[in-house]
Amino acid sequence: MAELKKGAEPEGAEPTDATPNVTEVETVDVATPEEAVAVIEAPAERGEPILQVRNLVKHFPLTQGIIVKRQIGAVKAVDGISFDLYQGETLGIVGESGCGKSTVAKLLMTLERATAGEVFYKGQDITKLSGRALKAVRRNIQMVFQDPYTSLNPRMTVGDIIGEPFEIHPEVAPKGSRRQKVQDLLDVVGLNPEYINRYPHQFSGGQRQRIGIARGLALNPEIIICDEPVSALDVSVQAQVINLMEKLQDEFNLSYLFIAHDLSIVRHISDRVGVMYLGKMAEIGSDEQIYDHPTHPYTQALLSAVPVPDPEAREGRERIILTGDVPSPANPPSGCRFRTRCWKAQDKCAEEVPLLAIPERFAGQDTPAAHESACHFAEEKDVVHAA
Amino acid sequence: MPDATKTTAAEAVAETPVAAKVVDGGEASGKPRSLWGDAWRDLRRRPLFVISAALIVVLILVAAFPGLFTDANPESGDLQNHFLEKPNLGHFFQADWFGYDRQGRSIYARVIFGARNSIMVGLGVTILVTAFGGLVGMLAGYFGGFWDSLLSRIVDVFFGIPFLLGAMVVLNAFTDRTAMVIIGALAFLGWTQIARVMRGAVITTKHADYVMAAKALGAGTGRILFRHILPNALAPVIVVATISLGTYIVAESTLSFLGLGFGNDSFSWGSDISDALNDIRNNPHTLIFPAGMLSITVLAFIMMGDAVREALDPKLR
Amino acid sequence: MTITDKTADVPAPRSGEEKSGRLLDVKDLHVEFHTRDGVVKAVNGVNYSVDAGETLAVLGESGSGKSVTAQAIMGILDMPPGKIPQGEILFRGQDMLKMSNEERRKIRGRKIAMIFQDALSSLNPVLSVGYQLGEMFRVHDGLSRKEAKAKSIELMDRVKIPAAKERVNDYPHQFSGGMRQRIMIAMALALEPDLIIADEPTTALDVTVQAQVMDLLAELQREYNMGLILITHDLGVVADVADKIAVMYAGRIVETAPVHELYKRPAHPYTRGLLDSIPRLDQKGHELYAIKGLPPNLLKIPSGCAFNPRCPKATDICRTEVPPLVPVTEQDGAELVGRGSACHFWKETIHG
Repeated sequence: MAELKKGAEPEGAEPTDATPNVTEVETVDVATPEEAVAVIEAPAERGEPILQVRNLVKHFPLTQGIIVKRQIGAVKAVDGISFDLYQGETLGIVGESGCGKSTVAKLLMTLERATAGEVFYKGQDITKLSGRALKAVRRNIQMVFQDPYTSLNPRMTVGDIIGEPFEIHPEVAPKGSRRQKVQDLLDVVGLNPEYINRYPHQFSGGQRQRIGIARGLALNPEIIICDEPVSALDVSVQAQVINLMEKLQDEFNLSYLFIAHDLSIVRHISDRVGVMYLGKMAEIGSDEQIYDHPTHPYTQALLSAVPVPDPEAREGRERIILTGDVPSPANPPSGCRFRTRCWKAQDKCAEEVPLLAIPERFAGQDTPAAHESACHFAEEKDVVHAA
Repeated sequence: MPDATKTTAAEAVAETPVAAKVVDGGEASGKPRSLWGDAWRDLRRRPLFVISAALIVVLILVAAFPGLFTDANPESGDLQNHFLEKPNLGHFFQADWFGYDRQGRSIYARVIFGARNSIMVGLGVTILVTAFGGLVGMLAGYFGGFWDSLLSRIVDVFFGIPFLLGAMVVLNAFTDRTAMVIIGALAFLGWTQIARVMRGAVITTKHADYVMAAKALGAGTGRILFRHILPNALAPVIVVATISLGTYIVAESTLSFLGLGFGNDSFSWGSDISDALNDIRNNPHTLIFPAGMLSITVLAFIMMGDAVREALDPKLR
Repeated sequence: MTITDKTADVPAPRSGEEKSGRLLDVKDLHVEFHTRDGVVKAVNGVNYSVDAGETLAVLGESGSGKSVTAQAIMGILDMPPGKIPQGEILFRGQDMLKMSNEERRKIRGRKIAMIFQDALSSLNPVLSVGYQLGEMFRVHDGLSRKEAKAKSIELMDRVKIPAAKERVNDYPHQFSGGMRQRIMIAMALALEPDLIIADEPTTALDVTVQAQVMDLLAELQREYNMGLILITHDLGVVADVADKIAVMYAGRIVETAPVHELYKRPAHPYTRGLLDSIPRLDQKGHELYAIKGLPPNLLKIPSGCAFNPRCPKATDICRTEVPPLVPVTEQDGAELVGRGSACHFWKETIHG
């Protein structure tokens, strides 16, 4: 059977603690695909890291020429990010368009091949898996897509869409039981089980997203990666879907990686939050650390720019309005990627890439500001609460 | 749903009876309706479609069972009695309805028997072209990269050959030009159009989120291609195939007209038109009827293609 | 006053060039679309007004009719299938629906301009930005090419596009999303209109860029003393810039209020539900309040109050009688300026 390679230290600490988010990976050596599948199928303990991402890199080559292709550069969509996802928690990833958050989702789903780096699922590097072991991983990591209008095949019935996972993984449900399973899933996500023969275009956006969630749940996965799952929905329907996702998390003991640009929703649903900027993680910590005690200037600017539906709270808040746009990921600035828009930038920022670590000035202190932030001049600043 | 604490009798009346269990996701509208079903319902209401479909049904019947429509022999001429006899337009479905040609053969019978070859060539070429061109287009579009470059260059080469000129050259090599030979020659030169349309449609479809979703579930290439991509990429192919069916019929007639299609031992509107040319001033009826049939047939398929295009166009939905 | 139901006496039209007073008055506007599946009733009796220098936010979800109303004002509805069976759109006291096409065209662009959500598809990709900006001056003012170009650069400077002089000949795709939205604003501003209608101007932009663009818009509005109609679904964006808010649901205005009032004391259950259902940035709540059910199907709007199937307060009267937009008062009957609610139970909603 599988053998633990590095000393197994019982990791019982709550993920929300101000511990470094990146723990040592316990890789598991397996000799055969059967063993790998067994490791993947073994249930994870609550509070254990279930997914560990290490120095993940994805560069999309920019090529020129039609027949003979020549690489002239690369879009550095994801440029070395590391984080852990613990069993049963929700990790929020926020950032603006082009920061690489959706590419992270695709890499974790093995829909894109990573340029470099590792993704460990229960100690197995999924970027190197293939065949049966990869299929087993895919069963356990599912995805909910952003746009409920494009993520469901318009020519399949709802029953076929939700039942497709069972056809691809026939071992999960015997043939005779599938229809019942699909109806149960519809019921779980709050849709009428009699709608099994309808087509996606007969449903509204919120209902379609419920169908997408039911498809994600079908194989009873451990992790669901949600890529902007509510941003295409009407405000009054967003809350329904968020509540449903929270209910399902408790019911099925799921871990969520929740990718979104809406910082309010991410705070609501996440236990921990990572802030991405131009393919790098700028800051990561518990929701309280990030929202109430941000230390990275980008996080502070992002939070202060969020329009708050409360004109009075608004007036007391400091607003940081950044100048300019996000630079192109094909040609990111040297040193700190945020320096071109940062009001604190100094020469050092252009020369040295700041590492994602607990800033020295807070190290060892018992303060919520002591969480990882990739800034040379990290300091705490509350931009969310009225002064 | 109203607040449960305020339920009254009047409210029960105001409430519409809900047969199904009401759940928090809300109700969906109406009966199950697939996109193909919607398109079909939409088509049935279009006069353009109804007319063209009726014409095509009649044409197919004519092609399949010419004997039902005439008992005259299209091959036996009676030079003595019927040489270039004018049409008797009152004699519906009779041998002399459309008059006789210069060999004394019934034009009505020849028009009826000529339909089979035209329809057969049209359908045959379309089926071959859609199958082969569709497959090439699908593979090139889906796999991309090297295969796409290779297949697309081959398509470009074929696209560069003028369709009719190419067919003339190819058919010239055959002395015995049966329907199969003509179908083969036209399909050989005509598959590129469908291949291009299919490639484009597949490239658009393969980036759709639902294809991504199927991949994320671990679906294999076959399932992705045939379950997800093909049904969604098919609409433009169907439209192009329907319209080009008409053009293949024209091509066959043109080739027969030029003497490179069906020979004298067979029937073709094209060769009849060719025969009629000698004396169209004095005997226009020898031209009008085969040419008219040809035009109506082609028009029917092109109208059908237009109607289908409008019904399938997602922008109108 | 916002409750135009009550203001039957329209202020007399002002002289053309004066930039003050009532600009736009929409009265009992109805818009419907005739489709294969039936008649879609998109707008069902909307009343609102905008004064010079004022920002009216029209808040609503998809299908609430907020954009269709704006399109009707601009005269850019597709007709058919669209139809305006009833209503008036008064611009400085003149009904635009009764004007000839020529008269309307003179108002469009010159007096009322519009900014759209998707700047990329609203700009012509094959013409340079400078040419498209200058087109306004060439067509409307008859300026020469050179003069128009100089004006374009001036406009680009005004909307704070860096290096305007160098970038005037660039094409739309060479600009970032935020910059393109600035160009759209510059275009709307070109002829110094009295009123700007902005339809979800920042929805497609990133948060940090959103703030820049909204600030610019607010600043320009003050500078030119323009009226601004801001159409949005985002309660946060509205809170930042609006003076007064009209909340739309199923083609009707269900609540109007000055911005602070609306957030403090909503007088319609829909508004209250919306406010309760958005998570807060500054505190972590427990379960979110969710408005149950689905947005209404405009082919068959529920009888009575359109919100009744989703409303926690709904009773019999809500299913039979359409609630009119009535003025909202304090508990003692004192007038609340500019407040109105189309709910049979507005008293209970606002006063507890």
